[in-house]
Amino acid sequence: MLNLADKQIPTDEEGYLENLSDWQPEVAELIAEAEGLELTESHWEILNLLRQFYQEFELSPAMRPLVKYIGIHLDKDKAKSIYLMQLFGESPAKLASKLAGLPKPTNCL
Amino acid sequence: MSDLLIIFRKPPVGTSWAREALDLALVGAAFGQQASLVFMGDGVYQLLDNQQPDQVEQKGTQAMMKALPMYDIDQIFVSEESLSERGLTKDQLGFDCELIGQTELQALLKTHKQVFNF
Repeated sequence: MLNLADKQIPTDEEGYLENLSDWQPEVAELIAEAEGLELTESHWEILNLLRQFYQEFELSPAMRPLVKYIGIHLDKDKAKSIYLMQLFGESPAKLASKLAGLPKPTNCL
Repeated sequence: MSDLLIIFRKPPVGTSWAREALDLALVGAAFGQQASLVFMGDGVYQLLDNQQPDQVEQKGTQAMMKALPMYDIDQIFVSEESLSERGLTKDQLGFDCELIGQTELQALLKTHKQVFNF
């Protein structure tokens, strides 16, 4: 459960949103804070792209497809798992999906 | 690790067979296994262009299918016989795939140790 202003937002035990429609940027900020992460413009660029991926394919991507998608839509330098790990830590696909309000990637290490 | 052959026999809506089969393909690919997909029987309906699963209030598999290139899955085969039995042609399909007959199907079955039927 997340508390945003006077609203309660249900999550599962791992912190993924129960209802994807509950997401708003403030929710990402809240989750990031709990994870000890400060969201910068570089984070947001990835989060927005993740949401676009979900809209397009109706699934949360594992690392490799995410990297490939970044390569198509953003700077080639950013299409590297090391770049994502610098931003989101050891399991970028999982944490970034959580921040972006998407389901946990099922096809992910 | 040997490669996966995943056979899709069910239509995209009505049950979750099609989604489950796709999930397996994506998991396999995410773990570095090469997945080949075969669509036959009513499974060929999954390949149709311009499906409208929302009309029956379902998600369907079309969007997920479009993610296959992101997972480097490009071995997509469709049974020519199943298509023609349903009065369909390759032009009506929204995905790039290869038509196969019985002989090719048998060859695929022979060369894959891990075959999954959905």
